[in-house]
Amino acid sequence: MTDTAPVVEPTLPDGWELVVGLEVHCELSTATKLFCGCRNRFGDDPNTNVCPVCLGLPGSLPVLNGSAVDYAMRLGLALNCTVNPAVFARKNYFYPDMPKDYQVTQYDLPTSTDGHLELPDGTVVGIERAHIEEDTGKSTHVGGSGRIHDATHSLVDYNRAGIPLVEIVSRPDIRTVESARAYASELRAILTSIDVSDAKMEEGSMRVDANVSVRPIGSDELRTRCEVKNINSIRSLGRAIEYEANRHIDLYDSGQTPRQETRHWDEANGRSTSGRSKEDSEDYRYFPEPDLVPLDPTGAQVDAIAEAMPPLPSARRHALADAAGLEAGSVALVVERGQDELALAAISAGADGGIVIKHLENNLADGTGELTAESFAALAAMEADGRLSATQAKTVLTDLVASGGDPTSIAAAHGFEAMDTGELDAILDRLIADNPDEWGRFVDGDRKVQGFFVGQIMKATKGQADGKVVNMLMQQRAAG
Amino acid sequence: MSSPISRDDVAHVARLARLELTPDELDRFTGQLAAVLDHAADVEALDVTDVEPTHHPYPLRNVQRADVVVPSCDRDEVLAEAPASEDGRFRVPPVLGEEA
Repeated sequence: MTDTAPVVEPTLPDGWELVVGLEVHCELSTATKLFCGCRNRFGDDPNTNVCPVCLGLPGSLPVLNGSAVDYAMRLGLALNCTVNPAVFARKNYFYPDMPKDYQVTQYDLPTSTDGHLELPDGTVVGIERAHIEEDTGKSTHVGGSGRIHDATHSLVDYNRAGIPLVEIVSRPDIRTVESARAYASELRAILTSIDVSDAKMEEGSMRVDANVSVRPIGSDELRTRCEVKNINSIRSLGRAIEYEANRHIDLYDSGQTPRQETRHWDEANGRSTSGRSKEDSEDYRYFPEPDLVPLDPTGAQVDAIAEAMPPLPSARRHALADAAGLEAGSVALVVERGQDELALAAISAGADGGIVIKHLENNLADGTGELTAESFAALAAMEADGRLSATQAKTVLTDLVASGGDPTSIAAAHGFEAMDTGELDAILDRLIADNPDEWGRFVDGDRKVQGFFVGQIMKATKGQADGKVVNMLMQQRAAG
Repeated sequence: MSSPISRDDVAHVARLARLELTPDELDRFTGQLAAVLDHAADVEALDVTDVEPTHHPYPLRNVQRADVVVPSCDRDEVLAEAPASEDGRFRVPPVLGEEA
């Protein structure tokens, strides 16, 4: 359900379109694990947060963490999903990081289904499902070069085993590398703003796998996909998708077909390598987990979670964009930095939305310090009516961030006073006299020489002139 | 009536469960599993349109605990039960070849 026309990535050869779905695992930031009271905390000494349940010892029984269920439902609602009655299932496979030899997950009846997520540029990506499952332990491969293929043995830490996860599966709606990155960023913003996960890719509390395929533009087929794993940053995500898509295109171009498989992204070498062939889901022999009873949240429970939902990034973007009179995409950075509250307050105190957003984006990346909505609005007003040039406003802003205060007195202390246009007129007269050829070209409509005149005036006034006023004067003079 | 399960199916399932079966055992279990599946076919033949799916034999829902930390086990005690350990972790054979 993409509501914008697919944009063709310039990184793909002509005629090919990218088809990507993302699977994101996020660890929920509960105090304890999903089925036992062991602490859920990153970075503790190995195997210090383990007990018979998360070690899969015989006779132990899981008891579901109520907070994990609440968090998962909150996340489902934030992704515009339907929250359903759900049943846990066992996914059976053998791997040393999973001590029970099965993973408890949700299979045919997941908690959340059929949602969507809106990217800052307005693209909508469908969400197929968001289900609860337990994390596995962490293996370290030892010996050889430390890689899995030539390791002599592996060491396993089960602190992570049993930590609650939600796996969010998108529909294959993503058509560009840029959208894939935007989706991951947006999801991270949602996870942190509803406070269910710290979503740190570098610590593995948010992990992104990409299902990548390609098809000729204009076709609506879904070709063989490969699942690329081991992607540990949003930047890697873009590189991995680009590499994988081009690999598929090369295969098709040489008359071959990609094999459906799991591949590992190798960030250092910028390529993916073949992993195992993707097992069929029947090979996992899913069946309902007999040790856990079904989840059946009441309507009132779901409503209460919905009502307590904080404003989501997309709603905040729309609110700010409406107030500022801009497009939602152009305020995304300000919302991502959590500066939308200040921006809204400054705008409602009378500031010009465009000026506010411009300063937040360009000059306030490191924080807004002592800047208040009122002083921000006053500064924006001075800039809007020409009392301060953009450069001067930036200087005053820096002072406001560092130590607060009144923009009018700060401007006066810097000696910033709007030049009267008489003085600018005189400078312009002199420039025209000294550079008659350039001026003639400007009058004839050559915009390229405009910068020359503006630059000369700025030089003559030591940057005190307001660029907008200079442009206006030049236009008037040329027209007259 | 053809068998509901082939000898290859049984070999495949045995491999997934990491069971090493002899040719004799494969033959025997194929027959036994076929009988079990035949019985499932009897159940499948019933009209269950008005029967709620059973996910669990007990009529319980939403059994949950509070999100409160309880003490974990002592690591030395835990690792003492393992066949091998190293650096506070369980030591296991290399995983290569597991994904045949």
